Amino acid sequence: MGWLTTKMNSSVGQKVVMAITGLMLFGFLIVHLLGNLSFFRGPEAINGYAATLHSLGALVWVARFMLLGIFVAHLSMAIKLTISNRAARPVPYVNKIFQKTSVASRLMVITGLMILFFVLFHLNHYTLKWTYPEFNDLDGDVYRMIIMGFSQPLTALFYILAIILLGVHLYHGLPSTAQSLGIYHKKYNCAIVFLGRFFAVVIAIGYISIPLSVLFGIIK
Amino acid sequence: MDFKVHVWRQKNRNSQGKMVTYELANISEEMSFLEMLDVLNEQLIGRNEEPIAFDHDCREGICGACSAVINGVPHGPEHGTTTCQLHMRSLKGVRELFVEPFRSRAFPIIKDLVVDRSAFDRIISAGGYVSVNAGSAQDANNLPVPKEAADKSFDAATCIGCGACVAACKNASAMLFVSAKISQLALLPQGDPERDRRVSKMVKQMDEEGFGNCTNTYECEAACPKEISVENIARLNCEFLRSTFISNEE
Repeated sequence: MGWLTTKMNSSVGQKVVMAITGLMLFGFLIVHLLGNLSFFRGPEAINGYAATLHSLGALVWVARFMLLGIFVAHLSMAIKLTISNRAARPVPYVNKIFQKTSVASRLMVITGLMILFFVLFHLNHYTLKWTYPEFNDLDGDVYRMIIMGFSQPLTALFYILAIILLGVHLYHGLPSTAQSLGIYHKKYNCAIVFLGRFFAVVIAIGYISIPLSVLFGIIK
Repeated sequence: MDFKVHVWRQKNRNSQGKMVTYELANISEEMSFLEMLDVLNEQLIGRNEEPIAFDHDCREGICGACSAVINGVPHGPEHGTTTCQLHMRSLKGVRELFVEPFRSRAFPIIKDLVVDRSAFDRIISAGGYVSVNAGSAQDANNLPVPKEAADKSFDAATCIGCGACVAACKNASAMLFVSAKISQLALLPQGDPERDRRVSKMVKQMDEEGFGNCTNTYECEAACPKEISVENIARLNCEFLRSTFISNEE
């Protein structure tokens, strides 16, 4: 296996790992969103979904550890790549114009760090509930927990902002995975870029719809 | 044309550089950018000051010697043009010029605007060649090459190795250069036997030289005076995956 670690530790290999783990995390975002959207079908739907997940027992933990592994791999590669990117230009330009570099691509590190901070906050908020002991009294009523959580305007706004940043991250990240994996074809390039950006927007809108609907009292 | 020219002045590799401002009057719009620097240098010499050091050779846009980031863009604002072929008429309406060297850890500054681009030579030495003598031209139909592959290989081969891709990239990545050199050979039958070894060695050397990583911003393609496509970077990635997972290369 030495050959694999050697290759994956090179600059191109690290980008391949970024792309594959990024796509896996995108898969998780889709599944998590589909589950969350059952919130709009009422308390029975989302509470039932949560109960089904918990009933999986050990499988949930397997999935959680796999997800943690993927997240850590994506994050550690990002840190390594960023450090070498910063080191590659020790003296900055006095005057530099970007002709093609998108704002989203320039913000990848910042949006990525914000997502990390958000994930930690989100885990504490709704999963571990360390600083939200009041949720423990709800006896698994996820529906009420969501409404209570997002009825706090600051919390809801923080979620909305974080999800917008996630959307910005995906806006560059998703189409970029194809290039990192060597997929480039004049017949499909437009579709790859369009679908990548489309899913970035759809995911952002999908997740934001939940805190927004609670914040504006559409769902009480 | 009158200009206020801000130029990066740096005595040598180890000294600290800084931007120095010069006033320049009566520049003809028919002059090339380098001729404008020649005029400025004559004035500096006349005042017993050190002239600005800059790279140049053919002044025809084909050798890859000239460099400089002009008003924030490598080789200046005109698309698909080297600094030597940039004419002052393209800078109509511009009053201030910012002239800086290509900035990258892998391209140390030798003096003023002159940078050491031998890192590119070492990447080529690592594998950017065909080891055996490919012989003289064969009968045209002896070695069939699809037209599409021949065109793409030729397009990649037009890379003059100037380093504008590195200068333009926010990460100072050399991926466009390396990918062009890999593509021009990978697309042809003569380059095929060594393709797996080639990509491994060239990427390894690129990393050792201290270039940054490609984050797919395509700034390199926009700055390239030869308009090399980022399709080559995807091909490099593909060649790299092939050499990792399919070939016997270790």
